[in-house]
Amino acid sequence: MQTRKKYILLTFLASWLLLFLFGGDQLRRFSLFPGRKAEARRNWPRWTDRSLLKSFADPEELQRDGDPSLLSPRERLAAWLSVYRGSRCRMETCFDFSRCEKHGFKVFTYPRERGQPVSETYGKILSSIERSRYHTANPEEACLFILSIDTLDRDHLSGQYVRNVDEKIRSFPLWNGGRNHLIFNLYSGTWPDYAGDLGFDIGQAILAKASFDTESFRPGFDVSIPLFSKEHPQRGGDRGWLYQDSVPPRKKYLLVFKGKRYLTGIGSGTRNALHHIHNGKDIISLTTCKHGKDWEKHKDTRCDRDNIDYERFDYQELLHNSTFCIVPRGRRLGSFRFLEALQAACIPVLLSDGWELPFAEAIDWGKAAVVGSERLLLQIPSAVRCIHPERVLAFQQQTQFLWDAYFSSVDKIVHTTLEIIKDRLSPHRSRSRVLWNALPGGLLVLPDFSTHLGDFPFYYLQHGRTPPAPAVCSKLGARLNTCPSPPFFSGYSPSKKFTALIRAVSQAGSLSQPILRLIQAVSGSQYCAQIVVLWSCEKPPPPSGKWPQTAVPLTIIQGRRQLSDRFFPFEAIQTDAVLSLDEDTSLSTSEVDFAFLVWRSFPERIVGFPTQSHFWDPEQGRWGYTSRWTNELSIVLTAAAFYHRYYHSLFTEFLPAGLRELVDGLAACEDILMNVLVAAVTKLPPIKVTQRKQHKEVVAQQAECRDGAAGTPQPGQRSPSAPHSAPAKVKGTAGSRRFSQRQGCLDQLADWFGYMPLVSSQLRLDPVLFKDQVSVLRKKYPSLEKP
Amino acid sequence: IMCASAKYNTRGPALIPRMKTKHRIYYITLFSIVLLGLIATGMFQFWPHSIESSSDWTVEKRSVHDVPVVKLPADSPIPERGDLSCRMHTCFDVYRCGFNPKNKIKVYIYSLKKYVDEYGTSVSNTISREYNELLTAISDSEFYTDDVNRACLFVPSIDVLNQNALRIKETAQALAQLSRWDRGTNHLLFNMLPGGPPDYNTALDVPRDRALLAGGGFSTWTYRQGYDVSIPVYSPLSGEVDLPERGPGPRRYFILSSQMALHPEYRLELEALQAENGESVLILDKCTNLSDGVPAVRKRCYKNQVFDYPQVLQESTFCVVLRGARLGQAVLSDVLQAGCVPVIIADSYILPFSEVLDWKRASVVIPEEKMPEMYSILQSIPQRQIEEMQRQARWFWEAYFRSMKAIALATLQIINDRIYPYAAISYEEWNDPPAVKWSSVSNPLFLPLIPPQSQGFTAVVLTYDRVESLFRVITEVSKVPSLSKLLVVWNNQNKNPPEDSLWPKIRVPLKVVRTAENKLSNRFFPYDEIETEAVLAIDDDIIMLTSDELQFGYEVWREFPDRLVGYPGRLHLWDHEMNKWKYESEWTNEVSMVLTGAAFYHKAIYNLFCYFNYLYTYKMPGDIKNWVDAHMNCEDIAMNFLVANVTGKSVIKVTPRKKFKCPECTAIDGLSLDQTHMVERSECINKFASVFGTMPLKVVEHRADPVLYKDDFPEKLKSFPNIGSL
Repeated sequence: MQTRKKYILLTFLASWLLLFLFGGDQLRRFSLFPGRKAEARRNWPRWTDRSLLKSFADPEELQRDGDPSLLSPRERLAAWLSVYRGSRCRMETCFDFSRCEKHGFKVFTYPRERGQPVSETYGKILSSIERSRYHTANPEEACLFILSIDTLDRDHLSGQYVRNVDEKIRSFPLWNGGRNHLIFNLYSGTWPDYAGDLGFDIGQAILAKASFDTESFRPGFDVSIPLFSKEHPQRGGDRGWLYQDSVPPRKKYLLVFKGKRYLTGIGSGTRNALHHIHNGKDIISLTTCKHGKDWEKHKDTRCDRDNIDYERFDYQELLHNSTFCIVPRGRRLGSFRFLEALQAACIPVLLSDGWELPFAEAIDWGKAAVVGSERLLLQIPSAVRCIHPERVLAFQQQTQFLWDAYFSSVDKIVHTTLEIIKDRLSPHRSRSRVLWNALPGGLLVLPDFSTHLGDFPFYYLQHGRTPPAPAVCSKLGARLNTCPSPPFFSGYSPSKKFTALIRAVSQAGSLSQPILRLIQAVSGSQYCAQIVVLWSCEKPPPPSGKWPQTAVPLTIIQGRRQLSDRFFPFEAIQTDAVLSLDEDTSLSTSEVDFAFLVWRSFPERIVGFPTQSHFWDPEQGRWGYTSRWTNELSIVLTAAAFYHRYYHSLFTEFLPAGLRELVDGLAACEDILMNVLVAAVTKLPPIKVTQRKQHKEVVAQQAECRDGAAGTPQPGQRSPSAPHSAPAKVKGTAGSRRFSQRQGCLDQLADWFGYMPLVSSQLRLDPVLFKDQVSVLRKKYPSLEKP
Repeated sequence: IMCASAKYNTRGPALIPRMKTKHRIYYITLFSIVLLGLIATGMFQFWPHSIESSSDWTVEKRSVHDVPVVKLPADSPIPERGDLSCRMHTCFDVYRCGFNPKNKIKVYIYSLKKYVDEYGTSVSNTISREYNELLTAISDSEFYTDDVNRACLFVPSIDVLNQNALRIKETAQALAQLSRWDRGTNHLLFNMLPGGPPDYNTALDVPRDRALLAGGGFSTWTYRQGYDVSIPVYSPLSGEVDLPERGPGPRRYFILSSQMALHPEYRLELEALQAENGESVLILDKCTNLSDGVPAVRKRCYKNQVFDYPQVLQESTFCVVLRGARLGQAVLSDVLQAGCVPVIIADSYILPFSEVLDWKRASVVIPEEKMPEMYSILQSIPQRQIEEMQRQARWFWEAYFRSMKAIALATLQIINDRIYPYAAISYEEWNDPPAVKWSSVSNPLFLPLIPPQSQGFTAVVLTYDRVESLFRVITEVSKVPSLSKLLVVWNNQNKNPPEDSLWPKIRVPLKVVRTAENKLSNRFFPYDEIETEAVLAIDDDIIMLTSDELQFGYEVWREFPDRLVGYPGRLHLWDHEMNKWKYESEWTNEVSMVLTGAAFYHKAIYNLFCYFNYLYTYKMPGDIKNWVDAHMNCEDIAMNFLVANVTGKSVIKVTPRKKFKCPECTAIDGLSLDQTHMVERSECINKFASVFGTMPLKVVEHRADPVLYKDDFPEKLKSFPNIGSL
């Protein structure tokens, strides 16, 4: 009886179980979705005769590709030129490339006419171009022309509107139907539709315009620029507001907006809906009806309540404290708040359908902004909430990078515009999107130097991970699917050798002792590839027999006797690293070795021995600078320093000629300029490495060369060996003259850059066991510790 | 069914007769009932299916010739011509796509029909092999839906890949009568060979109203940027010929032209180049005297020499891709497959997938006018870059050209990215070949910022029970000027922390956090109490660091906020005898790690342990965390690996070496030089290196000291005089 019961129970249970297993799922579906019968997905059928199907084109047809003899390339081009004009302009049809061949990319600005005042903003744009290295005063050699007529504000209701532009431009002999002209515009169209027309015929000119819509934008021809206010600084510009990467990267508010609500007219669709997402907690969306003269006429029930809320929050405070900022269209597509949000590291959430984003030809906005759709406003809150914190952090940093690289000043906006156009002239020598969208940004990367990432000092780390050993790879590869396929990409790293560049100025016929010692010491380094002597003296260099025999090749280059010569991108320098030296610099081989290894860890910075530091002198209201022994440093003298050879190109080609002339005029300003330049590029301080003896610096080089004086350096008060003598005390010597010039130099450079790029550091890098209490035999660089 | 059998069963035991035969009968009945139930359920499950299977969509074997025939009346409507001003926000109905958590658009495919005109003549070939492959790929992808009401994008099954093979007006009529046509809104057409003689339009001539066009030969005038998608012209040779990837290194020819149908003017220019530069330029043409049976498409000739195509492409560094009658050329696909860098000479051509692919990295675009300068332009490209371009070209082919499936999925992904831009695939994911993805690091703190000094740092002291030593550490650390908060992580679950009154009185807030488990990785937990960016992790036995040393460490960290900045340094070495990594704590001239018993780092790096997504290392941090917790060791080595792996940078060791040994700790729990301890730590390095698949640690020979360290200068004028004292 018992067993039977057990059996019965078992069978019963088993049958239940079976029923659930097979039928349960079915029943559940049946009861939950009575309407929709459960069924397999109806996929595209697997035709039985699919292997018999014909190809879409037989190979012959593909390879022959029609009848090629129909239209000759020349005829086609001629046909294009007549058809694709005006709104269908492209570089191929509306731009005369031949103008740019002989003299390169040169930009001519029309002379400003009397009685033809331009707005402050247009004045800034013109002076940005005039300050650029591409500017030319000769229209004959120009590749691109910029009008002197202010075309920024083409809203004919505006006070800045210039009338009769058509007549004026037709009277210009250089106009040529607008060919090779670049026209800047910030505002176009007017109430009520704010259409894009400029009120004059631009002909075949390139348009650089704010609030560009994708329909009228001529891709690859026009340039979309951001809308900026007339207070936008000419140069330099304020830095972004992100001072630190806070983690988690969320701020007080998630999403904010504060602005006008249009009750009627274009753009009101979006602006009128923004208040819907306001939740009073982490999403603040405030609108006001107060704008224009007759807002009360259109006023609706919300207006009064909204206006009260509106006053409770401060726009700046919201910008500072929010992770995302809504940037909706206004009457036009672009708005000031785009750049404001970018600067504030408040990630822009764009609600401006059909806006061709600023510089989208170069900038990958997907890395710095959320491109929303006006029609899907209500999805925005959940969409931004879903963005992972690490992406938010990356977004925030990218906004800051973009702001600083392309937008923070009128100079940057104008120069970016020019560089984008220049890149189109020779596509094979242009910047890839990587160069535009990674630090330090496209303006500071010269494609004429190289188009290969590994040739620049900035991208070593990004591609520097060591590949796995093949054995590890095969094990991992299966699991992770990340194993690189051969040929293997081994990343980039700076070259393992350096070139020593010695600047010789003070010879009286024969070689001095210091330079001989220096050549010996440097050529003794296992990392030295070659020595280049830059002979900057009137007298010819000694014959080759007089130079010491070295293990590495020694080249002598005749310089032009300019101070900025030493940073010329000499063909002879083939290694990534340059060791810049003065002839009387005293270094030992192990110092050179150690410094070079340090440089390989910091290839984008200047790594060197003697240093100085800058400071703000509040009494005199100017930048001061000291070579006294301090706890800080911001300048490494190029009398003994390693840096990347790319900085030679940047110095000579990126900086305008005027700045180099300034440096040539002031003694000893060139190494400050180099430091300022590198700091402006990297935003980082230079690196000082330990040095056995205090460095003595050559003083008054030019003078000595001319006077033929002996090569003994004057005991300048700049020398760190006399730390207590204040620079101002000694007057009348060449040294003090030089010192004051140097002060002036710093001020002029800060003025040119628009800010003080130098960054201070409090550290020095020493060998790991430097002056530690261990046996000298254990140490790799014992000689650095000798007093 | 279920209810019935259950009812019967419950009543069963009471009715059981005692006789054995009767038992048997009973059991048989029971089983048959259960069986019947099962069969019934099974039928219920499969019945409706088989009914539906016989309708027109199924797994059932069918031929394309059996598809329904649709007759198009001559006067059926024709769509408008394509609207050149269409953009996503004007012509695309985004509401159909909705917000969905996966951020994937849903794509519907119309069922296959055969269209005939009034006279019964067919409008086009029903479907080509490639278009069938393309639709199959979409159908197998996660974009696919069979529910027309939930679809966001519609793909007609009308094959318009080749305009030559169809009748334009009738095809347009066929499109217009699709059930959801609605002026072509949200419809996607795929076309590879647009236009026809004599003018060869660069976009499909079939009137299509608002439909999106994935076209293989757009010019800048027909391409609606941000709306259309430019796709490659598929080369059927991709499927037929297997060309193994060729490694870097010199190739026999510098420039090669393999196209047969070149305009004579272009051919003249190319021949001029050849005359100028000799052997390194090879201009091939069709073969005139091939024996029968040899397919002409697989051979090319130069004078009397015969070359195999496409194999010959692998012999050249650069391969010319000139426009023909059309802009899009199938040869581009062959060239990429061969790993030859395409030199594209086709003014106004919109390159395939140019919305997302960075063609500057894989090709050279030369304006037609500059053809005579081609040789010198190509010569100016550095060899290293050429090798990268070759690899990039091959990668583009593998990822986006090799099959109709690749082309279809890339197209859908591009449209998907437009609709869900905040979930879009990044530039790197589209463009970096796997090897580059692997070797690149994505530093979470890539912007060079020097954090303001005023914020200070939070000291996190991990302690178990050494209260006396802990209090000394707290007192010492509290003297550091930039300390802003002190957090004690009490890792002992069996013992309570001392009472509040017993703790040292210090000038900054002191918080005690109790942990649930004694784990070493507790040190890396991102406690909410940490409000500063900088964190000083310090063990409860590190009492020998002076206030100056700690403050200096903080200043150094500010200059290197994305690195580990620590005091005792360690090194990893390759042991050639054992053929594995070895841990080294001796006095060496090199450093590759710092101990987290006393180290500064960024709070974001804390989070590496928790939620930083590794782009290419997937679950690794989890593995490592478990290892650390299981072994109660090596948490600091793990941290060094993690940071080095994401930043690609070395650690910074600060200040001279000290004897890091506290008076009261024993050899077992201190930073001992105990032999087993060393062996275990060597093991950790090997384990981590294998988990990461690489050795991310960087070896350096430098450490950071104050600018005036050990200089002959009055101590009182130095910022950090008390450095290195014992």
